[in-house]
Amino acid sequence: MKAWLSGLINGRSAVIGIPYVWLLVFFLFPFLIVMKISVSEMDGVVFKDLVSVTDDAISLTLKFSNYIFITQDDLYFTTYLSSIKYAAVTTALCLILGYPFAYFMARAKPTVQPALLMLVMLPFWTSFLLRVYAWKGLLSENGWVYDAITGIGLDQWLAAGGLISSPGQLMNSPFSLVLGMTYTYLPFMILPLYSNLSKMDLRLLEAATDLGATPFVAFWTITVPLSKAGIIAGSMLVLIPCVGEFVIPELLGGPQTLMIGRVLWDEFFSNNDWPMASTVAVVMVLLILVPLAIFNKYQAEANEVRQ
Amino acid sequence: MSLPPTTQPGSAVDPAGYLSIRGLVKDFDGYKAVNNISLDIAKGEIFALLGSSGCGKSTLLRMLAGFETPTAGSIVLNGRDLSTMPPYERPMNMMFQSYALFPHLTVWDNIAFGLRRAKMPRDEIAAQVDAMLKLVQLGKFAQRKPHQLSGGQQQRVALARSLAKKPQLLLLDEPLGALDKKLREETQIELVNIIENVGVTCVMVTHDQEEAMTMASRLAVMSEGRFLQVGAPGDIYETPATRFVADFIGNVNLMEGTLSDDQVDHVIIDCADCRHYVGHGITGTEGMAVTVALRPEKIRIGRDLLPPQDGEPEGGLNRVQGTVKDLSYFGSFTVYHLALASGMVLKISASNTERHRADELTWGDSAWASWSPDAHVVLTA
Repeated sequence: MKAWLSGLINGRSAVIGIPYVWLLVFFLFPFLIVMKISVSEMDGVVFKDLVSVTDDAISLTLKFSNYIFITQDDLYFTTYLSSIKYAAVTTALCLILGYPFAYFMARAKPTVQPALLMLVMLPFWTSFLLRVYAWKGLLSENGWVYDAITGIGLDQWLAAGGLISSPGQLMNSPFSLVLGMTYTYLPFMILPLYSNLSKMDLRLLEAATDLGATPFVAFWTITVPLSKAGIIAGSMLVLIPCVGEFVIPELLGGPQTLMIGRVLWDEFFSNNDWPMASTVAVVMVLLILVPLAIFNKYQAEANEVRQ
Repeated sequence: MSLPPTTQPGSAVDPAGYLSIRGLVKDFDGYKAVNNISLDIAKGEIFALLGSSGCGKSTLLRMLAGFETPTAGSIVLNGRDLSTMPPYERPMNMMFQSYALFPHLTVWDNIAFGLRRAKMPRDEIAAQVDAMLKLVQLGKFAQRKPHQLSGGQQQRVALARSLAKKPQLLLLDEPLGALDKKLREETQIELVNIIENVGVTCVMVTHDQEEAMTMASRLAVMSEGRFLQVGAPGDIYETPATRFVADFIGNVNLMEGTLSDDQVDHVIIDCADCRHYVGHGITGTEGMAVTVALRPEKIRIGRDLLPPQDGEPEGGLNRVQGTVKDLSYFGSFTVYHLALASGMVLKISASNTERHRADELTWGDSAWASWSPDAHVVLTA
């Protein structure tokens, strides 16, 4: 007992323990409460206890109707799907824009790298809300981005592709939503990619070139596979928050772009149906946690390989 | 093999100039890392570039591989000018320092990498990779990743990978630098055997003179971007051209002196502690300052003056008395540090041919050193 106590108090377990305590108190515990609410029955405005004692019998009441309802009502399924769709498109765009950016940053002269890194992080110095709000002005009529896009006729193409409802109407469309999300989450893609690419051993590229690979082939056969961990980390950092994004769809999205965050908000604050809202939240968290767990496992295996 | 046929201009290529380097210069912002080097290497030769770090040997190798563009000069291999050819088109392969094996590929795929780039048919790739694995005796490890191999095994994978495309020239960058001493000695011989079996011409870079002497058929001593001396290992060791080379290769005693008697068949050189009788003529004039280089193993040491042998001269020449200031026991030989009257320390290496020799020299003993008339090299530069 004594040994167990001293083991508990020593520095090592404290260092490991603090994050666990944090997660326990601020994630697992609230999550369990949300789970409890999702299977609770409402009695007017209060939740009924799950465990009740009636006639000397303990009874446990779990109400799964919300979970069943979620699978039956099309709304939830389609919004989950569209959330994942927009998040995936955003992730792909971030990767396409972020990879070259991170690549050239990592290959830039060591003296200019801190400055480039600063430029990536600079947007964080302003509130995220303000920056997203600013896009509203830029994309509305008379905003200079609006003028530029309509000026070169790009809005015709966007409208033809169904990304905006009609030419000259950039705001509140899938286009403005994805633009806003890509803009916001790009640094989260660039930073892990940069840290991965800057650690790469450049002699491997020389070795590939020496063995007859053109720079293009060396990039695809050596650089890209070796940056897989960075690609996955960046994609997870973009995809996961994008799925549950509420603010950006609210400010930049439109009627076409209903996402799960909005549904969650409506259930909580418009319908006041807390068990239903909790159910949506639980399913969303699980949908995000499972890929994350898979990623962590993959990451651990990749680390093992590197040693 | 369906590798692209190598150009065979045949008689046009001088066999001694299989690889021909002319006036090669590499200028890094005003610093000449490689300064006007010309060199001919014959087919099948193992040529070593030897020098301390920063002497330009790696830059020279990287220019051969195509990773650095020469500021001036030309590189011609087998009659083809490579100066403007990108590295991925050059008919040569390199074994990198610490190997640069691709960590995400298996041993098999590492070796196959170059063959795949050459667009060889699948079955020919498989045959060639298996042949290479057999050559370096790593067949069992084909499906391992590089990090699952020991240093020596990784080294052999790197060798197999660089030989797989049957290069016209093999470049080795510090091939054994990452191995520990014991393994290095074993691998030196093995590496040379493999290279000679394959019959590939080879240029290696090393800072380890033992490695260069053991492996190379010829070597060049480099310093500050220039060749100081080019020759067979034995020639460079026994007849170094300059003080720097004598000092850089092996151990040497350097004594300053003046040429006091210049005859056709011998010369006498006066140094602070002794007079040297050199059994051959040198180009010089009486009274000029020279340096006498004397290898430690060419000096004999004894408590009393050892009886003359090999035509050692009489009259107090080629001998000196001193005090044993230090001795280092190396097992097969012992190095004595003999303090001379002028304060100079003469290094003498003696083979330990007997066990527990009676009357062994020890610290503080007075001893005589003597050497034969052809033991020295007289350096005028």
